[in-house]
Amino acid sequence: MTTGVEDLAVREPAVTGTPHARARRWPPSLVAGAVLVGLVAVVGLVALVWTPYPLDVTGSGPRLAPPGGDFPAGTDRLGRDLLTQLMAGAASALLVAAASVVVAGTLGLVLGVLAAATTRWADTVLVNTVDVLIAFPTLLLAMLLVTVRGASTATAIAAIGISGAAVIARVTRITVARVLREDYVTAATASGTGWWGTITRHVLPNVAPTLLVQLMLLAGGAVLAESALSYLGLGTPPPAASWGRMLREAQSTMVVAPWSAILPGLAIVVLVLGLNLLGDGIRERTDPNLRGDR
Amino acid sequence: MARHLLTRSLLTRVASLLVSLALAAVVVFVVLRLLPGDAAGASLGVGTTSDQLEGLRAELGTDQPVPVQLGQWVAGLVQGDLGTSFVSRQPVADLVAARLPVTLPLSLAAFVLAVLVSVPLGVAAAVWRRGPLGVVVSALSQLGVAVPVFWVGVLLVLVLALQLGWLPPGGFPRQGWGDPAAAVRALVLPVVTVAIAMSAVMVRYVRSATLDVLDQDYVRTARSLGYGRWAALRRHGLRNGAAPVVAILGIELATSLLGAVVIENVFALPGLGTLLLDSVEARDLPVVQALVLGLTAVVLVVNVGVDLAQRALDPRLRLTGGAR
Repeated sequence: MTTGVEDLAVREPAVTGTPHARARRWPPSLVAGAVLVGLVAVVGLVALVWTPYPLDVTGSGPRLAPPGGDFPAGTDRLGRDLLTQLMAGAASALLVAAASVVVAGTLGLVLGVLAAATTRWADTVLVNTVDVLIAFPTLLLAMLLVTVRGASTATAIAAIGISGAAVIARVTRITVARVLREDYVTAATASGTGWWGTITRHVLPNVAPTLLVQLMLLAGGAVLAESALSYLGLGTPPPAASWGRMLREAQSTMVVAPWSAILPGLAIVVLVLGLNLLGDGIRERTDPNLRGDR
Repeated sequence: MARHLLTRSLLTRVASLLVSLALAAVVVFVVLRLLPGDAAGASLGVGTTSDQLEGLRAELGTDQPVPVQLGQWVAGLVQGDLGTSFVSRQPVADLVAARLPVTLPLSLAAFVLAVLVSVPLGVAAAVWRRGPLGVVVSALSQLGVAVPVFWVGVLLVLVLALQLGWLPPGGFPRQGWGDPAAAVRALVLPVVTVAIAMSAVMVRYVRSATLDVLDQDYVRTARSLGYGRWAALRRHGLRNGAAPVVAILGIELATSLLGAVVIENVFALPGLGTLLLDSVEARDLPVVQALVLGLTAVVLVVNVGVDLAQRALDPRLRLTGGAR
């Protein structure tokens, strides 16, 4: 995988035409991840405007029909079309992933920068808070919130977003602190750039790649967490679609309808694998020190 | 000097553990008191008279101000009193004790199985990283971390229990461990499920930690002196690679407990996970808060243990005050 030639090509940005340099530009994991996530995104977007059958209508077809004919993915025990539910599930999985990433990214970035780039006091308080938050597993935080607010997509997003924010804040704090020690930051400060200018012009562009990788991994984790919550009956409530709840409902009928317990799981794997690969790909693409075989 | 530093770091870690535990207790308690209405109303449901409500509030102690309730709860915890369920009126400690014989063997067996699978596989995948074994292990673990743990359970039930009929699809014998053979059979699939999910994560870390060691100068020197890859790794690598692996094992020990919480619901096992889910659905606050705090406490204590073990294994961490 990694050869000496490839490493040389990376360290000399001028050489961009060689096959090795091109391979580095578009790492296979980046391409594969983009294809998988793109596939789910297209399906999810289509589901917003068109699905084969209405989502919340029972009895579109016979009960527990096997895949084929009018129902390419079969039907469930209430005669609902499974393809319709899978498509709508793509839209809601992407919504949960995107919303959790926005919550975690915003909150984590602000807290991380505040911890690293302001007073020592703020740093101590934030580090300890983040440590306790990280010790709280997402699932338990979600259960606490569900006990109080009831099961909903918003509760799931809040729990996943807050847990994620702790991780993002920790990574941001370490990365920002490292960038602040760089000579170019000292030079910027010496030439009269203020705190805000230093952060926006020098620090943020340099922490962006690390952050982006973390956010992609978080998005994958968010999809897994929401599906687990929905499987337990603590996530997205009916009639909205959710892959996790489809699996919960399929479990009682899977002796006669095994496909209903297989397809939603495959959909989750495709999206999470895609997001993870995308994260790996971005890391390979942006971190010249990283060797291809890690 | 090293001993002195180790004692000091032990004391610091224990002190910060106590602070974290106190913070976690306050967070759990306060979040649950944000409940609209109150627990007494929630547990009685609609159609109750205000007299009944007042009576229950006085009985449950929810008519007191929140800080007083918090004080009473913490005072009870310190004396080993976990509270009393709103729903069953049984002490939470008894409920937990009744469920531990399922959850504890499940998560410990899954942890041990996952370690036995992932450590040798991860090391081998690093040593032969470009060979077929390395490539296959990497691909499988990449796939494995994308698979929801409960779906692994559903698939195993589908194939091994429902199609082939080798093992029960769920449930636990009524006599519990009084019927050891049935109890073990009931736990095989859940243990394998949690272990598969954990191994996928752990193999990646073990492989990466081993690769780091293999890249070190001292391993290259050993190889140049004529040691083979395995011999060099055995003589110089294992102890150096152990510290990061111990960190992961610690995190995964906590994960195995949480995995058990989810997986018990797949297999309808009467463990802590099903108790927690039932209590969340019934809004049984004393049980929810005791279980959430208890599980979080396990995570925090394991973290401290891991930190101390790492310092014992790797003297470099003692001098710089930790890897943080």
